[in-house]
This record gives sequence, structure tokens and C-alpha cells, in this order.
Amino acid sequence: MAVTVTGKEQYNFDIVRKFAVMSLVWAVVGMLAGVYVASELAWPFLNFDIPYITFGRLRPVHTSGVIFGFGGSALFATSYYVVQRTCQTRLLSDALAKFTFWGWQAIIVLAAVSYMLGYSQGREYAEMEWPIDILIEVVWVAYAIVFIGTIMRRKQPHIYVANWFYLAFILVTAILHTFNNLAVPVNLFSMKSYSLFAGAQDAMTQWWYGHNAVGFFLTAAFLGMMYYFVPKQAGRPIYSYRLSIVHFWALSFLYMWVGTHHLHWTAIPDWTSTLAATFSIMLLLPSWGGMINGIMTLSGAWDKLRTDPILRFMAVALSFYGMSTFEGPMMSLKTVNGLSHYTDWTVGHVHSGALGWVAMISFGSLYHMIPKLWDTKLHSLKLVYWHFWLATIGVLLYITAMWASGIGQGLMWRTFDDFGNLKYSFAETVAAMHPAYAMRAIGGMIFLSGVLIMVYNVYMTIRQGKREAAELEAKLAAKLARAGA
Amino acid sequence: MNFNFKHEWIETNVGLMLVLTMIVVSIGGLVEIAPLFLVKSTVEQVDGVRPYTPLESRGRDIYVREGCYLCHSQMIRPFRDEALRYGHYSLAAESKYDHPFQWGSKRTGPDLARVGKKYSNEWHVAHLMDPKSMVPESVMPRYPWLAKTVLDTSDLVDRLKAQRAVGVPYSLTQAEYERNVKQFGEDIAKQLHIPNARDNLVKQATEGNYDGDRNNVTEMDAVVAYLQVLGTMVDFSKYDDDYFVKFR
Repeated sequence: MAVTVTGKEQYNFDIVRKFAVMSLVWAVVGMLAGVYVASELAWPFLNFDIPYITFGRLRPVHTSGVIFGFGGSALFATSYYVVQRTCQTRLLSDALAKFTFWGWQAIIVLAAVSYMLGYSQGREYAEMEWPIDILIEVVWVAYAIVFIGTIMRRKQPHIYVANWFYLAFILVTAILHTFNNLAVPVNLFSMKSYSLFAGAQDAMTQWWYGHNAVGFFLTAAFLGMMYYFVPKQAGRPIYSYRLSIVHFWALSFLYMWVGTHHLHWTAIPDWTSTLAATFSIMLLLPSWGGMINGIMTLSGAWDKLRTDPILRFMAVALSFYGMSTFEGPMMSLKTVNGLSHYTDWTVGHVHSGALGWVAMISFGSLYHMIPKLWDTKLHSLKLVYWHFWLATIGVLLYITAMWASGIGQGLMWRTFDDFGNLKYSFAETVAAMHPAYAMRAIGGMIFLSGVLIMVYNVYMTIRQGKREAAELEAKLAAKLARAGA
Repeated sequence: MNFNFKHEWIETNVGLMLVLTMIVVSIGGLVEIAPLFLVKSTVEQVDGVRPYTPLESRGRDIYVREGCYLCHSQMIRPFRDEALRYGHYSLAAESKYDHPFQWGSKRTGPDLARVGKKYSNEWHVAHLMDPKSMVPESVMPRYPWLAKTVLDTSDLVDRLKAQRAVGVPYSLTQAEYERNVKQFGEDIAKQLHIPNARDNLVKQATEGNYDGDRNNVTEMDAVVAYLQVLGTMVDFSKYDDDYFVKFR
């Protein structure tokens, strides 16, 4: 009897399933680390005099855990899913794809453990020491080969817009990672290395990396997600094809100029700072163009927002994307930056992007994708509502607390008394931050509790999918046995 | 478009799309960053800035290891409140031997760019052992293990050699040593000579007595030695303030 090729065999969904599950695992680990470091700032006794869990060592575990663990795994999962569906072809190589999975997971584990042991390059969001950096380079090249190779095997002449964004993300991440991690190790058996660059040049390289990691890892790639999953979930085509072309090229061009706005008023030449601020303002246009393109895709399907919590995640994600990409250019103005820099305002801004935009669009996409991967229905839509509200309330608490402490502390630092002396000592401003730090930690806990609900919901969905598949197989076997007899 | 351009050409050709994306994303970095490596005015011409001594350099390694930069900046901005609180704004020259830079991005604690010589060694030790004992409002963790851990100097030479490889003028040869004598003076040149690194480190730790215990060299010695040199290398009384503005 001829075996028909089912949907499952046509595509490599196994690798997508693996990455999807791990993205949730890392979400829990990374956010738990985040809640813990936030709590350490509110209640410092939590450092417990244990070197491995002090704020300075644990904070990179949080950032790498959520950016590269959760975000990275979600991007691998969705990009492998989207590229197969839109190119109507199987991944170039199952073995190479599997290598990217195990390689990437090893990277996150090694990074987290090495940070806690005190190995760090001392560069924000690029703390991994050189052996891990080399592993990243290798895995990334394998990823590029699988992704580009799959596109080259496509059955459609056109490359779908989501893939443009994923492509740019893969390409730019490779460039950024390579140049920002140039370093000379102490010796071949030492984890310690010294950056090839020093001082001002090192700072420029690091923030060129740092901001474009935000631009291409945390924005372009998640826009790829948006361009596939929002239309799918809404059941409507993308609002404007032209807008997506303009969005893509303008975003790619403009983003690479703006990293220097992290270095306003520092010891770099003023013209670089001014240029970065100018381009940051211009960046508002493609950012909002993309947001409008996403939101307007819902036009004609607005009513679905009332009944579909997954679509709600996506719509709120886009709203946060719009808000953060307005706040960002505003903070890149030198006068505003003079107040906001070095304060919690920056931390709040990052989280309105990371929790509001990146995490929420990922949750929406995963809720859409996971039932399809296991060929079943979502276990509970009601739990998605719960997750949605916990996530939204959590983010709002978080960023409100950080606005209050950021702007508050920034103003306190520059307050003078009647005699022209500083009114507040630094320590007084630290004490004043305590309520905001406590509120931020609570906001984080609420957000994390939503994720735990999602994990339960996804677990139940997968279990149900497996049971249904087993039942189907048993039925099929019985039928075959009868036909044979 | 006049010349009949179709975006379709790009979106049906993955090679073309990759090349064009590559070009588009490269321009910004090339225009903004590349000149900083070539233009001389990026780093001010100023006397006094020198590489760290072996002990200070090991202290800096520990500063990086513990992630201090995540809460403390080392970059004072040219504002009136920062001048009053921290001192003269930071110069690019002051971190020209810093691999990596540690300017930071967040001040959960105060800026440390000019913390050197502001407090006594005893204050720093007490503060690192228990920050609240010196600053009751502090949220900084305690670092008692620094005083307990003997400083590892087994790969000291390799560490300095690696920094020499990335451009820090530590000397290996006699010629390099003499170049350093000319540039930094004999006392400092001796400190920067790699073959004598271990002796220099022990000597500085013993004479400086940073952690209050002359019997052994601990990580506390190294960290305090590093903190005490921060921002003290340039003598600002020698320069007219307008002098630095032209480099900005």
C-alpha cells in the first residue's frame, strides 16, 4: 500500500518543536533570573554573600537568558517554520538544523554557567568569553546555510517579506558578533581575553553592536515574526505591500547609524553623537510605518480582538512597539538623554520593548504555531486570556516604576540648593528608589506568573496532541489489519 | 521609477537581496566608527595617562569579573552637577589603555571615574566587606571573598602579554623598556616591564598595604589599588579647560 506524504513529513517540524519548547524553558529561566536580580536591588540581603549570585554576575544570566535563550530560540523556531511554509519546501539539511539546535542550547548553558563563575568580557549583552563566541560563530554560519539554502530551494519565485527580515537579522547578527568580539585571549587554556579595541573606539564598537543587536536581533527578526503570524492569525493579507518594502530598506539603513546615542555627552567626538541623534529621529518613520502595517492588517478583522486573545497579544505587542520606538528617539535627543542616561528610565525603555513588544509578539506567535506543530487545538483559550492580562499588567507596573525612579533620580542628581550646592547626596537618591525597585520586582513577578500559565497551557496542549496522534495511529492500524484480513 | 526598476528583481533573487542588504547596513558603521580609528583628535593629547601597573591591572580584571560596570559608570559628563559630584569630565585619553572600556550605562551606584584618592584604603576595604557599614543606604552586595582570596598571579605574564598584543605599551624587550622610560619616566617604565611583573606586583601590594595585611597579596589588594588610581593620572591644573574642548 502506498504511503501518502502527510503535512508532517513534507516539512521538518521536529526542529521547530524543539526550539519552541526551549524558548519557553529559557523564558522561565531568564525571567526568573530577572526577577531575582530586580529583587536584589530592592532587598540586597538576597545576595547572601554568595559570589555566584551577586547582582553583577547574575544580571548577564538574565539578559543572555532572555535575549539569546528565549528570544533566540523563539526566532530559530519561527524562522524555520516560516521559511518552510512560505517557500513550500523542507529545510535544506535536517542534520545541520539539529546542529544549530544543540549548539545554541549549549551556548546558553555555557554562557550562564561561565557568568556565574566570573568569566565575562565586560561588554553589555556580549559578556560571553572567547570560546563561547567562537561556538556562536560556528552555529550562526550553520544557521545561515540552512536558512539561505532553504530559500534557494523554494517552490515560489518570490521570497516572502517575513524572510527578508529574518535574512537581514542573520546577516547583521553575524557582522556585529564578529567585530564586537575581536579579542586576544590570555592563553589557549584561559577563558579570559582582552578586547582588541580600547576606550573610545571600544565604546563605539560595543554600542554599534549593542544597539544593532536591539535593531536586528530584537526588532527586525521579530518583525519577520509579525509579517507572517499577524496576517495568519487575523486571516487577512498584509495591509500594504509597498509599505513593507519601504519599511524593510529604511529600517535596515537607518538602524546602523544610531548606536552612538548610547554615548551622548561621553568622551567621543560630538559629531558622531549628533549624527546618531539625527538618524534616531528619522528611524521613527520606518518604525511607525511597520507598526501601522501590522496594526492595519487587522482592519476588517477588528471584531476578532474581542474573541481571540492570541490576536490581542499581537495587537498589544505592536502598540508597545509603536510606543517604544517613539520613546527611543525622544530619549536620543541630547537634552532628554542628559536626564535619562545612567538612570532606570533606560531600563524601563528596554523592558517596554523587550516585554511589551518582543515577548508579546513571541507569545502570540507561539500560541498560533504550537497547536499546528502538534496537530491539535490549544488546551485552553481561557488561560491565554489570563496570561494576556498578567503580561499586560506586569509590563505596565514595570515601566511605570522605572519612569518614576528614572526621572525622579535624574532630577534629584541635578537639584541644587539656594547656595548652588548639590541638594542630594548620591546615597539619598538610592534610598529614594526603594519603593520603585520593589514595585518593579513585583511587576516582573506578575509577568513571569503569566509565562508559567503559558507553560502549563502548552504542556497540556502537547500532551493532548500526542494522545490524539496515538489514537489516530491505533485506529489506522486497526483499519489496516481489517483490510489485510 | 524612470529606469523601470522593479523591486521584484530583488525579492526573487536571494543573492541580490543579501548583497544589497549588506551594502545598506554597512554605510552607517563605516561613516561613524571607521574615522574614530583614523582621526587623531579622537583621543586628546594629554600628559600623565599610563598603563596600569600589574597589581592595578589584576584589580581591573576582578572589577570586570564581578560585573561592577553594571552598576557603576566610569564616564563623567560635562554637566555642572557632575562636576560638583565627581570632578572634571572624563577624557577619551583617560581610558585609552582600557581593554575593554568600562564606561558603563547605568548608575545604580555612583560614577567611579575619579574615585581614586577620594577615600582611604581602609574605607574601601570596610566598604567592600560591608557597604552598609560606610553607606547605610547602599544596595551594593558585600564582597567578603575578596579579602579571603589570595590573588592568582600564575598567568600574570600572559595577561600582560595579551594586553601588549592589543596595543598597551607593556615592555618585553630592552628597546621597548627604553621607549617607556622616555614616554613615562623611569619609575613607571620599571612597573610596565613584563619580565619583572611578579616582583613589581608583590612590591606594590606590600608597600601599598591596601588591605591592611602585609602577609599576603589578596584580591582585595588588587581591587583597592585599581580603585585608588582611577581618574588620578591627569593633572588638570596643568591645562586650560578650553584646551580639551577642541577635541570634542
